[in-house]
Order: sequence, then C-alpha cells, then structure tokens
Amino acid sequence: MTDIKITIDGQTVTVPAGTTILEAAKSIGIDIPVICFHEACTANALCRLCVVEIEGARLLSPSCVAEARDGMRIQTRNERVDRSRRTILEMLDSAINISESPEFMGFMDEYEADRNRFPEAKRRESPVTDDNPMYIRDYSQCVLCWRCVQVCADDAQYTYAINFSGRGFDTQISTFFEKPLPESTCVFCGQCVGVCPTGALKPKREWFFEQGLSPDDIMQLTRSERKKRRRETG
Amino acid sequence: MLKADRVISTTCPYCGVGCNLELHIKDDYIYRVTSPFDSVVNQGNLCVKGRYGYDFIYHKSRVTTPLIRKMPQQPGERTQAFDLSEWQEVSWDQALDYVADRLVEIYRRDGPHALATFLCAKATNEDNYLLQKVFRALFRTNNVDHCTRLCHAGSVVALQQAIGSAAMSNTASEVIKSDCFIVTGSNTPENHPIIALQMKAAVEKYGAKLIVVDPRRLELCNYATLWLPLKPGTNVPVFTGMAHVIIHEGLVNQDFIEARTEGYEEFVRSVEKFTPEYAEMVSGVDRNLIIEAARMYAKAERGAIYWGMGISQLSHGTASALSLVHLAFLTGHVGREGTGLNPLRGQNNVQGASDMGAMPYHYPGYMLVDDPINATKWETAWNIEAGGLNQTRGLTTTEILSNVRPGGVRSLYIMGENPMMSEPNLNLTRHHMQNLEFLVAQDLFINESGAFADVFLPAVSWAEKEGTFTNTDRRVQRVRQALAPRGQARPDWQIICDLAKRIEARLGRPNSAYWDYDYPSEILREVGDVIPEYHGVTYARIEEVGLQTPVADEEHPGTPYLFSESFPRGRGKFHPLEYVPSVELPDDEFPFILTTGRVLEHWHGGSMTRHSKLDELYPEARVEVNPVDASLMGIENGQTVRVSSRRGSIVLRATVTEKTTAGVVFIPFHFSEAAANLLTIDALDPQAKIPEFKACAVNVKPASIEELVNPEAQVLRGRY
Amino acid sequence: MSDFDLTRLRKNLSDLSLRDRSDLLPALHSAQSIYGYLPEPVAAEIGRLLDVPLADVYGVINFYTMFYREPVGETIIQVCSDPACALAGSDTVLEATCQHLDITPGEISHDGKHSIESAPCLGLCDHAPAVLVGDKVVSQADPTRLAEWINGKPTKPGGHIGGDLRILTANCGNGFATPLLEYKAGGGYAGLKTALKLTPEQVIGEIKASGLVGRGGAAFPTGIKWEGAASALNQPKYTVCNADESEPGTFKDRVLMEGDPHRVIEGLVISAYAVGAHQGYIYIRGEYPTALKALEQAVDEAREAGYLGEDILDSGFDFEINIRRGAGAYICGEETALFESIEGKRGFPRVKPPFPTTHGLFGKPTVINNVETLCNVPLIIEGGAPKYRQLGTEKSPGPKLFCISGDVARPGVYEVPFGITLRHLIYELAGGIRGEHALQAILFGGAAGVFATSEVLDVKLSFEDLNAAGLTLGSGVVMVFDQSRDLRDVLKRLARFFAHESCGKCYPCQLGTQRQYEILERIASDNPKPSDFERLSDVGWTMTDASLCGLGQTAATAVLSAMKLWPQMFQV
Repeated sequence: MTDIKITIDGQTVTVPAGTTILEAAKSIGIDIPVICFHEACTANALCRLCVVEIEGARLLSPSCVAEARDGMRIQTRNERVDRSRRTILEMLDSAINISESPEFMGFMDEYEADRNRFPEAKRRESPVTDDNPMYIRDYSQCVLCWRCVQVCADDAQYTYAINFSGRGFDTQISTFFEKPLPESTCVFCGQCVGVCPTGALKPKREWFFEQGLSPDDIMQLTRSERKKRRRETG
Repeated sequence: MLKADRVISTTCPYCGVGCNLELHIKDDYIYRVTSPFDSVVNQGNLCVKGRYGYDFIYHKSRVTTPLIRKMPQQPGERTQAFDLSEWQEVSWDQALDYVADRLVEIYRRDGPHALATFLCAKATNEDNYLLQKVFRALFRTNNVDHCTRLCHAGSVVALQQAIGSAAMSNTASEVIKSDCFIVTGSNTPENHPIIALQMKAAVEKYGAKLIVVDPRRLELCNYATLWLPLKPGTNVPVFTGMAHVIIHEGLVNQDFIEARTEGYEEFVRSVEKFTPEYAEMVSGVDRNLIIEAARMYAKAERGAIYWGMGISQLSHGTASALSLVHLAFLTGHVGREGTGLNPLRGQNNVQGASDMGAMPYHYPGYMLVDDPINATKWETAWNIEAGGLNQTRGLTTTEILSNVRPGGVRSLYIMGENPMMSEPNLNLTRHHMQNLEFLVAQDLFINESGAFADVFLPAVSWAEKEGTFTNTDRRVQRVRQALAPRGQARPDWQIICDLAKRIEARLGRPNSAYWDYDYPSEILREVGDVIPEYHGVTYARIEEVGLQTPVADEEHPGTPYLFSESFPRGRGKFHPLEYVPSVELPDDEFPFILTTGRVLEHWHGGSMTRHSKLDELYPEARVEVNPVDASLMGIENGQTVRVSSRRGSIVLRATVTEKTTAGVVFIPFHFSEAAANLLTIDALDPQAKIPEFKACAVNVKPASIEELVNPEAQVLRGRY
Repeated sequence: MSDFDLTRLRKNLSDLSLRDRSDLLPALHSAQSIYGYLPEPVAAEIGRLLDVPLADVYGVINFYTMFYREPVGETIIQVCSDPACALAGSDTVLEATCQHLDITPGEISHDGKHSIESAPCLGLCDHAPAVLVGDKVVSQADPTRLAEWINGKPTKPGGHIGGDLRILTANCGNGFATPLLEYKAGGGYAGLKTALKLTPEQVIGEIKASGLVGRGGAAFPTGIKWEGAASALNQPKYTVCNADESEPGTFKDRVLMEGDPHRVIEGLVISAYAVGAHQGYIYIRGEYPTALKALEQAVDEAREAGYLGEDILDSGFDFEINIRRGAGAYICGEETALFESIEGKRGFPRVKPPFPTTHGLFGKPTVINNVETLCNVPLIIEGGAPKYRQLGTEKSPGPKLFCISGDVARPGVYEVPFGITLRHLIYELAGGIRGEHALQAILFGGAAGVFATSEVLDVKLSFEDLNAAGLTLGSGVVMVFDQSRDLRDVLKRLARFFAHESCGKCYPCQLGTQRQYEILERIASDNPKPSDFERLSDVGWTMTDASLCGLGQTAATAVLSAMKLWPQMFQV
C-alpha cells in the first residue's frame, strides 16, 4: 500500500493510495458536507453536495468516491463549488421538507441558501403512508438518497422489498405495485429506518409520540386501530 | 424529529446474536432503537424484534406488584389464574416471607430432592448465578436447570464428550472468511437474522459455497449451492454418510487426525455401513448430493458447520451432533479462523446461563458437581462447611416435571420461563404442573405457567436493570438500565438476594453465602474469581465492546476462536454411532411428520412478543403443508384444519407452501391458542435428556372456521 | 387477480430462452406484446421466472415510458412535440388527433383501439411533423387529412439524403434495407475479410492511425478506446453498438440502420475481433421499429452467410450479436446507463471511473461505439488509414453525417467531409432558409448543444474550428430557426425534454431540469419573474459542473448559450 501526497485547500497531506478525497479531507479536519453518503452503504455519488474542484479537471468531482492521486491539488471551497452546493441545497429545499434533519438545515445555514429561491416550484408531496405496525413512510421528506433501497438490497439485508417508481423529478421509493409493506418481502428489520437521514422513515411509536400520544395511548391505539382498519376494509 | 433525553447502549434481549442496541428515550418512553454501524457483532443491522419488539415493557398486562393466589392451590387440583381478580396484591415483605417459609418448610420436611428451580436464559448472568447459588448453597440441591435442556442440550453433551467444551468454537461473523459452510437444522434467516445476513454476504460478496441440510426449503436455500432435504430425524445417516465419502475418497486430513484426535480406527469401522446409498434410503436425500456435499466440505480451505435445533431436539440429538463433530475432526476444519463447530445458541443468554451453572450436572464454569475438587472450590466460595454441597447430579427440566409427585419433586421456582408452552406433550406437562405442592413464578407477565403459581414475583425487563448477557459466540456484553423499574417490579438479582437472606435466616446457617452486593459487577467478580473463563471479564473492560470467553486474565483480549492448539479434553474423541430412528414414526393413522420451530416475529412461548406489536405482524399459528400433500388432502391455502397426534389436537389455518417438503408439516410453537407442543412427544435423548420436538407423527384433517379460537387474526405477509 | 392466462407468457419466455435478470427487458417487451400492458400478475410471474426481486421488476417497468402498468389502446399514436416537429406544426396535429378520437393524451378511445401520447423526439425530424402510429411512420402528418393516416397507412419512408459525399450513405435512401447480396456487390464485408487477416493489434493500429473519433457526441478517439479494452485483463469482453439515438434533431443513425444495416454489423464484428470480444450487443431505441426489423433481418442474413457465429470466414474467430430493444429512455444512450439497461435494470448511469473499457457491460471490459462510428470502420480497414485521412481536415479526418432540420428547404441527412463551412451546409446543400424570413439562430448538437447566430456561418465544421468558436459539434445536429420563431418556446421544449428524460439519480439534474423547465415555461408564456436570469444561471451552471453524467452536464448548455446571446429574453 503506497502512500501518496496531495494538497487540499493549500494543506499538504499524505494518505494511503485508494483513500477518497472525502476521507483525506476528514483526516485533516475538513468536513465536506454530504447527504447521500453513509459509512454503511455503497457510495453512489448522487447528491453531488460533496463535489470539489480538482485542478485540471473540467468539471467538479464527487469527493466521496474520487480517489486521491499523487500530486492532486484540490479545493473544497471556492466560488464554483459553493455555487453548486448552495444551488443543490436550494433546489432540494424547494422540493422536499428537510426540516427534520438538523444536519441538512445546518448546511442551508452554512451555505446561506435562500429558502425562497424558487417561487411556485413543484414540490414532491405525498401523504404519510401508514400501512404496517412498525414504521411510517413520509415521502414528502424523502431526499432520494438511495440508502434505504440499498440496505434493503445487497448492502445489508438482501430482502429487496423496495425500489423506485417513476423517473426524474417524480421518482419515489415504492414497493411492488405499491403494495402495503406487510404484503411485500419486507421483514421489518428497520435497517432502512436506521439509515434514513430525515424523518421520511420513522418508527411508528416515535411518530405517535411526536403527535402527543402517551405510551398507554400508543399501546391501545394499535390494537383498536387494527380492528378499525379491518372494519373499514371489510 | 424528537431529541432524546438519553440514549442508552445495551444488548438485545431476544436471540443469541446479541446485537448492540441504542435505546432512544424521551420522557421515559423508548421511541426509537438504533444500532451503531461499527458494532463488531451486528454492524448496525437489527431484526424486527430488536428494532421494534421492546414495547412489551409497556404492556398493560405487566404485573408490577407481588401477588399471592387468593384461593390456596392443592397439589393435583391446581388451576390456572390469568385474571388479576384471582390474585391478592401484597407487599414484597409478605410475598418473600411467604416464599421463604414454604420453601424452607418443604426442604425440612422432604429434603433437597423435593425442591427444584428453572433458571432463565433471558435473565442476566448475575441473575442466573445467584439463583443457582440459592438452590445449591442453601437448599443443597442440584435440581437446577433451564431451557437449554429443550434446546441445545444434545449439542452441549456431544461437544463435551467429544471435545470437552460446549460453546460455539468460532465467532459468527467469521463466516465471511469461510469458503464452504454447512447450515443444518437452523432456519437462520428467521432465528439468527443477523448471522443469516453475514452468511448471505459470505455467499454473495465473498464467493463462499453454502450447503443447507434441512427438511424445509428455507430462504437460505436461495443462496445455497446444495440443499439436502432430509427427513426429520435422519441426521446421523446423512452426516455419517458424508464421513464415509470423506474417508473412502481419501479426503481426510491425516495430520489433524493423527495429532488431534483419538478413536479413529474404531470410528472408521463403524462408518462402513453408512454408505451414501444407505443414507439415501433412510433419509430420502439423493446420494449424489451427499457425495457432492462431502467433497465440497472436505476440499474447502476453511470449512465450517453451523447448526440449530434440527440436530439437537431429537431422541438421538447427542448422536446427531456427534456426527457433525466427526466431520470437523476428519477434515481439520476446527481451530482456525473461518472454520468451526458452531451450534447457534438460541436465547440471548443461554450461553451465559449455562456458563453460570444453570444445569443439574454442573456448577458454574462446567465443573461437574460429582467431582469433590469442584465441590470444595464452591464450598469455599460460598462459605459452606466442607462436604456441605450435594455431589449427586440433579434432575433436568423434563425430569423435574415428570418427577412431580409425593416423595418426588414438591416445589418449583420458575424464573422467566414458560414450560407450559415450551415443554413437549403439554397435556402431560399440565398434569405435572398441577401436581406441584408449591410453585413460584418470577416474571413480567402471568403466562401459562405462572398462572398455576401460588406466588407471583414481578421482575423487571432487561431495560430496567443492569447486568451482562453472554451471546452465542461467547461474547459477554453489558446490559444497561434505560428506564426506572415499572411499579414495584425489581431486578431479578435483587429479588433473589432479598429472598436468600430470608431463607438463610430461617435455616439458621452459621455463615452467609453472601448476598450483600451493591451492584451487579460485584456478582460477576465473584464468578470470575472461581471460574477461569470469566477470570478477566470485568464491567470496566466490557464498557465499550464485549469480550469473548475464555478471558484468562485482565490483560487477555478474549478468544474469537477456540481449539487452535488442543481441545479441553486433550484429543478430540470419535464416537461410533448407530442410526436410531425417531421414537414415533408416521403410520396410517398419523401419516405426517410434525416438525416444530419458530417464526421471525415471535419468541418461544410468546410472553414477550404476544404482548408487543410484533403480534400484529404475525397474529396466528399456521401449519405449513406442502402443495403435493395439500392437493391430495383437498386442502387450500388459508383453510382451517385440525392437526392431531396421539397426545393432543389443535385447530389452526394451513399455509400451503414449498417451504416444507412432502410428508412433513411445520408448526411454530408460540401460540397458546394452538400450541404445537400439545402434539409433540416427550421422548428424550438418553444422554442429554432433550425432547424430540423435531419429529413426531400427526394427521391433518379439514376443520371448520368456527373451531378457531381467534378467527379474525390472520397472517397476510409477503415475506418468504 | 388470476384472470390472466400465464401459459403464453411462460411459453414465450421459454422459447426465447429468457431466464435471468439480464433478460428482463426482452421479457417485458414480450409480455406486453401478449397482454397489451403489464398487469401485476404478469409482472410477478416474470419476476418469478427470471428470479428478479418483484420490487425491482416494478422499478424497471415504471422507468421506461414504453412499458405500461395500466391498459392502453391497441395502437398507440405518438405525436412528436420537440422543436423540429413543433416548427412544422406538431401542436396542431396533436390537437386535431385528440379531437378526432375524442380523448386527451393518456386516455384510451371508446373502442379501446387508440391512445395518444405527446412524444419526445422520435428521430424523424426529416419527416416533421412526424407521428408514429403503432409501428408505422407518418411523415409530414397533415392534420386536415387525419382520417387517411390515423389508421397507420404507411407513408413512404423517404427522408432526404444529400451532401458532397455518398460513402457512408452509399446504400441509404432507397426506401428499403440493403440486402446482403447487394451490400457485398458494393464492396461490403471486404473490410471484415481484411481485418481477419490482420492481427487484432494491427486492426487497432489502423483505427488509431485513421484518427477516427466517436460520432455519438463525445468524440473520443476510437482507436484508444479499443486499445484500452483489448489490453484489459478481465474476461469475457463485450462490444456494443449504441443505437439508442434519441438526441432531439438527430436521425442519422436511423437512416444508416434502415438503409444499410450490414455496414453497422460489419463494423461491429471488426471491433469485436480487435478487442477480443465474442459477444456483441446492438442496443436500439424502442421507437425505431423499422430499423429494428432491418437489423434483425440483416443479423440473420449475416449469420447464415457465415459472417457471424463460429469460426467466421474460417478465421477461428467466434462472435454472436444480440439485439436489445430499448423501451423509451433517452438516458439509455449514455453508455453506462445502456449497460444497466441490458443488465435488466433501470437506466441509471454509473460513476466513472471506472470506465467501460475495464468495467463495462456486466462489469467486464467493453467497447461501446455509436452507429455512425462503426460504419466508418470497414472503410478504414479496407482502404487504409492514409486514404481515409484524405477526407476532412488534419484534426478531423473522414466523412461526417449532419442532420439538418427546421426552417430549411430540404431537411435531411447530409454526408460531407469535415471542414466544409456551415454556410455551405445550410445554403448550398440544404437549400437555404425556407419561407420569406431570414435566419435567426442555429442549434448545434441537439438539445444538448449550443445556439449560434449567422455570425458563425463561415466557421468550418471540424472539431478544432468549432472548439475555437466556442461551439460543439455534438452528434451533428444543425437545427435552423428563422426570424419568425419564438426561441423561448424552443427553449421551453428543450427544457421539458430534459426534465422528462432525467433519470432522477443525481440531485443537480433530477431537481435542476425540473426547475429549469419551470422557469423557461413561465418565460415562454411571457411571465418571467425578477431574478429568473440568475436562477437559470445558477441552476444551469450547477447542472453543468456537478451532474453525474452527460445528460445533466449538457442539460443547460443550450439555455446558457442563449442567455449569453440574448440575455434580454430572460429578463422581466
């Protein structure tokens, strides 16, 4: 394992070959913001928030997957990088409710993103899906980071209960033909809830508790809820 | 998003994987469970029970005051009281004094053999150590046992005979280092879900070959290179058939056999008749599969065997497990990373309970009770007069129950177990329970067993006390208190100490065996002072990450895999085996083999999971019937049927599925309204005394939906 | 739910030997041809037979616009709505069709026979306004004569082919696919014969020496690409023909495939020989039914004649071609998304590096080339690199096909040597601006291209000259707009195209194409908001700088170029 030397924001650092720019920056205390990246998931470089400018590259590079190469000179902040990050955050905030992620709201502050940048912009809204006793899905908070789909697939669980529906801006996470989760292959392991960065996937108890129900109410509600649901669906 | 008041790290109370949990608490309510992604045990992954199954803590049926039966119960006429109106709420003093009075009375009148206790593989090491100490030190009886008798007793006895130890030899996550592994008698994806994830990763990401040997087509078969669908109860011929191939094709690891084993020559002679053809005839497995499996395992760089109840829970469970041990001996696939003999221990702390001596033949640390040297060690530790401890082996759980009668066992103290759901032949078990003179239940809920009790002592859940659990790969991990005890419930170890002092006072012993612990770490310290395996385990050392026993001293880092140099008994011993069929084979009247087991969403007798939302995911018992059998009987998916054996009968819906093979039906044992153990047979393995849960004979007949106890409960799930 | 008889499906899948994940798209196409759409039980059965997780099957179905979850009419009428057809009045055609059938796009006609869709560029810009009635092309659809063509009476698939050269297009424009005998008579498969007598290294050397670069828009040196795959260690290797031509304004590949499919095949076989691949794929967009038929027939002919299969022409070299049909996704023209599609997944592009030459189709070394690029290969090998270099310029050798559409007298495919001027192309070859208005603007390179004005008429059409002028060649699209055209409407359609085609994986494009479209929509309807210019600029540059793949990276190019030329268009 050879070591290589790179320069990040003017600082020289030596790292083992194969280190990503994100890791290399972290080792010298530079925290590049990320949304889709998670230590327990395969990195897909899709949020592009972590892009940096590598000298000599035509376009910006995603630091979560870009491997540092000997002699690279990298800027993690400059006008071009900041414009991309700010605009990505503004566009995301204009489409999705990210208020339940203190981390993302912190990015909004750090990059001085304007919360009203896109007036009359289409949002990805959907009602809360409550189709099982364990967790709810509020896709109006889903940032499409892919983590849930991946941990349900071969990053962890090999269950493959969820995938995507639609394309482009209208992409959503979905089960086979939007069936309720209990009818899918879902085993309710909660790996997806564990990696979700916002409140899009939330334990049901937490959701009820936020709404002000007491623990006793919650234990009661689910049993009578079941009866009620059965009555309604006949 | 809620912000937690506190996040408490603890260990999961369900299965033997021992996942690390982080309980997020606000206003004393656990609203979310996460797991650290760098956990060495489970890498941040959990199953539905660990993730969501903690809510039984808050169930309104939890008993939180001590109770005494209003109507005094007579032996032979004991009834079940589920309703609180049949119980009197009393103070702890009243309850414990009453228990102490009665136990001492029976002890004085009938002697040690009249008392017995069921310890708890869900309680902590400290809880278990203390309760067996009470019965051994104070009541001088070895009638101390727990549910491992119904679980891996066969495996434990086999391993002790052949190797001298009784624990999983390797660490579960080492499976990703194996290039060929056998999984037999274990529905790992439902019973050790995280280990199943590691097995799937081994196959999918690391190219390992998986061989599944099981009568059911488990989800794991989707990842298997080979599936050997044997008839329940035919393990010995199949695995000895594999041994036959390994020997006759020259695939043995000669060096290992010569250096590390004994009894090989005699063993080879005994294997002669176990040809693949013979194995096929007995088990129904195509001989070519047996041959291929043998070659694959023998030729592997690092071969491993993982097994579960399908091996152990048979009238020849010990022999079944020995047949697996022989495969490892022949090939040298033990004592190295990524190999091993790996019984997957079921309960979160069955390994720990066993380590703590919750067994009739062994003190803590697997020291035989009939060895005077061992007795002396414990007499010293417990301030007992020389020769004071009982050196006669005690009774196992099944024997304890079958010995309930005047002149036999008169009193039973049950800590956190439910024999009325988990013992075989429940109608007979009921009869035994009814004959008890005095019964104490220490538990969270009044279950089918506690309902028979005279006294109910409310214990706290795992989230309301401190202690340690030892998981299946021998890792001792911390259990931490996240919530204040509900109501007047108390941690088990405190109840036991309080009771012990009262007993001691009545017995008038000159020296106390010592019960004045301030904190559970002191209890573990006491254990570690005597038994070498726990010598270096302290709370301080396992604060962040657990340690795997044996931990020789406070510098020792723990032992991921065992037997790299030698076995505890020296050389591994081969044991010539015979094929002994299951006690009850199918016939014209009862043409199906019934095999029992679990489902992902539930746990054993259901005390926890049926008081949780987990029950909503899987609210009813189902009998799995193969499509060929179903069409012959005219049974459709979802139809109500009656399943009967010579011992009992239940009514439940049928699931027609390829998951079970023709001629075999499967029923999970969690549901009291259709208890599978009403059907099972109480035939025991002669050495391990484990019942044959995995094979008895039943018939299946259509029934009407009116006969179902709870027809609205329906399982409609898409998972495999 | 079990009202569907699945026996036909099982039989089809068995006959076609479809059995695993990579057969998913063919299986879905086959199922749809039986049932008309893909209902849940059919999708579930396909998942079961091919061992694909059900959620994944559903994800694939709803990624591609040609797979329907709900019933559709027996015949689907697709009316193109992208710029070239819009200029020719496609909006009127759509309106008239809807009125005639009394339905709106997305509904089924009363008798169940028809549905209507407003389609993205169908690659029929030389037939503008173009309509696809099922499989039949309607050229220059006349809204006043609907009854004649609505039932798919086929029109002569003419389309004009012109230019200073007729080398690549020698056999095109006859209204039918050139059969094998004729192709051979004109010198076809001589290139393959020559190649098989050389070593693979020599073949690669010749391609390198020729200076051939990709004709799909990225202009990567073909020889270097082949060399990369040839020297990669992993096995097996693959060669792929990217026939997913979907760039608005582009139709040259369609013309080549419809007219001269053997030329494409010959190029593909030579590429396989050069890199050591024994399995090849042609991935052709789903909306090219005529080209598909032509290729399928040609592949059969070639196999029978021994140009495909085992021991080709006694050389000892084996090679087979698998034709894969796309299902309505422009993004599948991106090479890694194309691989994902062949592998039976949603067309999400992959992160690069690693590159296809080492980690391509099924993770193996793969060479992927555009149709036109492959058509150059036989003539390079047969005639030699020096002869090839006699055409074109020093840095841009060889012939090039340009697709002219819009306000010109003769829209069509034009074959010219690199280096001719734009003026020559538009005025001398394509007949100049049609109608009485003067030239307003030119869109170079398609939706992912740049706008230019008459100032560039004398720029030479070569990579180096266009680069110097700040323009891109792209795939060779030249779309012409006269002074009467409202370019804001054009920009809106281009933006709508990208929003519709964005795969949804990376944030800049998933969100940015939508925002860009919203802003341009209000600009086109004369309702710009203050700061829309800045918004478009930020969104556009973010997509350009930070997108994961070429679609996002070029989704704003045309808009940004228009903002430079006509900033007032975007301001209040």
